[in-house]
Amino acid sequence: MRSVLLICRKELNAYFASPIAYLLMAFFALIFGFVLFNATRDFIRFSFQMQFQGGGAPMSINDQIITPLLGFSSTITLFLVPMITMRLFAEEKRSGTIELLLTSPISDLQIILGKWLGAMLLFLCILAMSMINIALLFAWGKPDLKPVLVAYLGLLLQGGCLLAIGAFISSLTKNQIIAGGVTFFVCLLLWLLSWATANDTGALSQVVNYLSIVTHFDNFSKGVLESKDVIFYLSMIFFSLFITSRAMESLRWRS
Amino acid sequence: MIKVEGLTKRYARTVAVDNISFEVEKGQIVGFLGPNGAGKTTTMRVLTCFLPPTSGKATVAGFDVLENPMEVKKRIGYLPETPPLYPEMEVVEYLKFVAKLKGIASSDVGRRVDEVMERCSVADVRSKLISKLSKGYRQRVGLAQAIIHNPDVLILDEPTSGLDPKQIIETRELIHSLAGDHTIILSTHILSEVEHSCERVIIISQGKLVAIDSVANLTARLRGSEAVSVELEVSGGRPNPTEVQQRLETVSGVSRVMMKDSRDSKLVFEVESLQGRHIRADLARTVVNSGWNLSELRSVGLSLEDIFLQLTAGEQKEADVKEVQGATV
Repeated sequence: MRSVLLICRKELNAYFASPIAYLLMAFFALIFGFVLFNATRDFIRFSFQMQFQGGGAPMSINDQIITPLLGFSSTITLFLVPMITMRLFAEEKRSGTIELLLTSPISDLQIILGKWLGAMLLFLCILAMSMINIALLFAWGKPDLKPVLVAYLGLLLQGGCLLAIGAFISSLTKNQIIAGGVTFFVCLLLWLLSWATANDTGALSQVVNYLSIVTHFDNFSKGVLESKDVIFYLSMIFFSLFITSRAMESLRWRS
Repeated sequence: MIKVEGLTKRYARTVAVDNISFEVEKGQIVGFLGPNGAGKTTTMRVLTCFLPPTSGKATVAGFDVLENPMEVKKRIGYLPETPPLYPEMEVVEYLKFVAKLKGIASSDVGRRVDEVMERCSVADVRSKLISKLSKGYRQRVGLAQAIIHNPDVLILDEPTSGLDPKQIIETRELIHSLAGDHTIILSTHILSEVEHSCERVIIISQGKLVAIDSVANLTARLRGSEAVSVELEVSGGRPNPTEVQQRLETVSGVSRVMMKDSRDSKLVFEVESLQGRHIRADLARTVVNSGWNLSELRSVGLSLEDIFLQLTAGEQKEADVKEVQGATV
């Protein structure tokens, strides 16, 4: 455990020693703020209209601002993940520091877990930027806290899943650009597949839809915590980290 | 301390290391010599558990690299060809990270880091970013990293490559000062390097072991002492080999006489001189005065370079011949 935390801290320091962490946080804060601004403006305009004209469905900050907003964040995640994970292993392989890690008395699994945890913490820092905005909503409105927390949990789980896949792809190459590019492509593909198969009832489509990671976020974004989604995410994380360790093992035998 | 038996490492298309066996005693400094691409780095990577061997066995301090990698890793300090440094870290931060990585207790980390920084003279750049360091400093930080957990075995891959002459001397001295309590294997393709730093030399070429010898033996030849091969004709059982040997040993300047070959028609001796002595004329006179028939007298003294080139080039030729044969078949 000590070694895992050591690697994790090293990764986190590396992110914050370069502009990458700040850049991603700023990027996310900007987009999230912009979308929140638009959503809130529409919400207020709509509620004014309702006040004057009366009628219509009851308004809810949860349903009309927070849910679409966090759903949108889940899409943004697809763009953030490649930029977080591309350097994880590729950089160490290129600069040769991987030799230091692999010849030190720690196991491959500890290295992988540490790196993934470091990436997760950076992802958490990025998500935290959005909490400022959400906090504003809580300051002036009275949204429900529970569904917000569930949605954040969903974002974290989905992020962890994609980060683990990104870590795996990064462990296959020494080229950061390739690692980032392929991860981005995979994320995009998952997103597109979830779209393409959403309304199809064929068996294959259902399987693809189930496996395309983003579909499992839907329940979370509605504030519904389903154990099958949590289990899906956790097992995907476990599986991706496991194949990463297999990839490192094969790197030793092949290289 | 280190024992390698029949070690072979095969990559997809090439055999990097081919059936190498050697042993290194505790406290020795051993030079690993060979041209580029000879398999030095691969052998070192197997010893550090970075690469598993294809076949054969390697043990460090009694632990097998395949069966007990954790125990081996604890006892090994490794400086790869390019020092494994994180450019975004400060020197002291980096060394602290490595110290913890190597499993040093948190309470000892600070003390150990100070010690190795002192020892490798990098204390003056302790809070500089590694990306700002010169090549020489990087190499020394790399060395500091390798000795931080006070390992039994130090494996250094070309520790002086890319350094300026002054830094090379400093690094050599540093390695020498480490010799007492560590067993050291260092690889190089520079011969004088081995001469200065090592007690024994392992020469490999094209993945094959070519020679293992003490540096004293090799450098004795380098420093102007010569070896002379003396061939005598033999007829009717005369002269008597032991008689010849005794007579040759009395020649002034001779340090050692070895019989190389004795067939019914000829006797071959190899005679080594003391340093800086020319013995060929005296040898010839002694043989002729004794009434023996001298058929050949030839200097076989070789410089370390010559030995090295001969050993490695011989391999090369053999391989070429094999390739040609393979092609014609």
